[in-house]
Amino acid sequence: MKPRSKIYVPRETSSISVGADDVALGIAREAKRTGTSIELIRNGSRGATWLEPLVEVEVDGTRIAYGSVSASDVPGIFAAGLVDGGEHPRRLGPVMEIDYLARQDRWTFWRCGLIDPLSLDDFRAHKGFSALEKAFGDGADAVLDAVSDSGLRGRGGAGFPTGIKWRTVAATAADQKYIACNADEGDSGTFSDRMLMEGDPLGLIESMAIAGFAVGASKGYIYLRSEYPLTHSILSRALDVARDTGWLGTNIQDSGFDFDIELHLGAGSYVCGEETAMLESLEGKKGIVRYKPPLPAHEGLFGKPTAVNNVVTLGSVPNIVNLGAERYARMGVNRSKGTLAFQLAGNIKRGGLVEKSFGLPLRELIEDWGGGTASGRPVKAVQVGGPLGAYLTAAQLDMPLDYEAFIEIGAMIGHGGIVVFDDTVDMAQQARFAMEFCAIESCGKCTPCRIGSTRGVEVIDRMIAGENREENYDLLVELCDTMEGASLCAMGGMTPYPVRSVLQHFAEDFASSGDKP
Amino acid sequence: MATRRIDKETTSEIVRHFGTRADMLVQILQAIVMRYGWVPEETIRQLADEVNLSRADVFGVVTYYHDFRTEPPGNHIVKVCQAEACQAMGSRALTKHARKALGANLHETNDDVTLEPVYCLGNCACAPAVMIDGKTHGRVNPARFDELVGAMKDSR
Repeated sequence: MKPRSKIYVPRETSSISVGADDVALGIAREAKRTGTSIELIRNGSRGATWLEPLVEVEVDGTRIAYGSVSASDVPGIFAAGLVDGGEHPRRLGPVMEIDYLARQDRWTFWRCGLIDPLSLDDFRAHKGFSALEKAFGDGADAVLDAVSDSGLRGRGGAGFPTGIKWRTVAATAADQKYIACNADEGDSGTFSDRMLMEGDPLGLIESMAIAGFAVGASKGYIYLRSEYPLTHSILSRALDVARDTGWLGTNIQDSGFDFDIELHLGAGSYVCGEETAMLESLEGKKGIVRYKPPLPAHEGLFGKPTAVNNVVTLGSVPNIVNLGAERYARMGVNRSKGTLAFQLAGNIKRGGLVEKSFGLPLRELIEDWGGGTASGRPVKAVQVGGPLGAYLTAAQLDMPLDYEAFIEIGAMIGHGGIVVFDDTVDMAQQARFAMEFCAIESCGKCTPCRIGSTRGVEVIDRMIAGENREENYDLLVELCDTMEGASLCAMGGMTPYPVRSVLQHFAEDFASSGDKP
Repeated sequence: MATRRIDKETTSEIVRHFGTRADMLVQILQAIVMRYGWVPEETIRQLADEVNLSRADVFGVVTYYHDFRTEPPGNHIVKVCQAEACQAMGSRALTKHARKALGANLHETNDDVTLEPVYCLGNCACAPAVMIDGKTHGRVNPARFDELVGAMKDSR
């Protein structure tokens, strides 16, 4: 008897948002109707979001992909011999030969889309928990050395060296330490944390356990934004799988190491992605930013030493442990070592996740991977690094993706979100939105952020209305300087970045802004 | 949808589920909103008593977070993403369309449907995105929006 054919349909937010559940249902129905024996696996996304729903079938050990499948395509694809990888207009060939995926450097996301995210067996068959086992064997110091030597920096946006942070927590004596995983991925244009948690949740659990082992923490928290309900469900189930099989809890796999994880939901506050606001929220309070020092590594959650790390930062660690720091450090450029999961979003033809070594020009991502704008019109502006990132012009796209190179021009790579706008965008409205968003989301602690953002909206409105445009221009520049210099965190401190970039490169849009608020 | 009746015992159960801990207040409130759709004044008072915080403390947390509504929403909740990636794909026009189609401005309820803004659903490669009753939809143009809202109303 022929073995059951494995068919993969993502259970991932973006794929489902464009119909993956209906496709999966249709496949199950067709299989039943035709008496075909299949095993339907709900995997994570490969990251070629523009091809979602992307269906794969395993034929003689090779995964054959069918892209942009809709529920109405399913009977036809089935009739064309889906289980044998049959010819069909939707057929793309072997998934790993899709150019978009073949040319990536998958270090952190290599299991994403490949495995059944909630199957411990599948995870174990793909090196799952092998890095944690190696860490137990090598010892905590070896892990700290590897993470330091790799040059890994925080992928949440700030780019702080992870090794230094972990060493600080490890060196601080306390009866209790914590790992706090920041999964409050609030930047528009970013979804890499979500994709990793939905596609490889056990990988995150392993990563947090390694972090806990390295710094001497027995408890971890995941702070997940509430806008990700599917992620919450997948993570909850993965935590159960890990607990039920002895990979979380006391004396993990007889190592003598205790570690467990509590999953917390955010409540719609953008500032809670800032690490100290997140800690406040984890303590059940308003997400108001704390002064630093003390650093969270010294006095973090409940006053205890806490390693606060982003999902992708943590997710990069198992392969650093397994393959060695040097392999990681060989990728990238200058002080930007390793890979970043860039996210192509907004008005882009081929949106999705591209994990690449640092150093490639932004233009290559937008043109070679992204295929230019979805609308087919020229690119006018690109916002890199979320709502606090500068807008770059089409002339600036040859910038190499390197933390320091971006900082030099008043921009930032941040969490790697790249949002493309075509020439129909009204940049005055984008500057206004930056201030408006700050006004909505400011935690209120620092006056320049709390009040300045509202004043910023008003000044921009006056500029758009043509009232004393030059004086208001100067006033806005001054306001940006005040906000940047006198705000505790990046909310007030970096809202000026997108605003200034509009003043600098797109000032003419204030005169022509048609869509008045 | 879950029952919306405010019930002291249900509130107490939720508090106990989270260990009656003040440091779990955000989680407790999230569970309250999932159950009731909003946080009523009487629940604020009860929570303050049960987790041993002042009413001002609880009120402060409730009003700080966008998720914790202090007015009852409609039976259906439609959120339209207002953030940059969706703006680049026409979310401003989509929002206008949604306001007209639902007869409600942002933060308003009409015909048992509440329209709310949301700042990023993490579906930025499938913009514009909307969330209807907790489910995220991508590549939503006005026609698809009407279809989705139609299906939502049919599910009543």
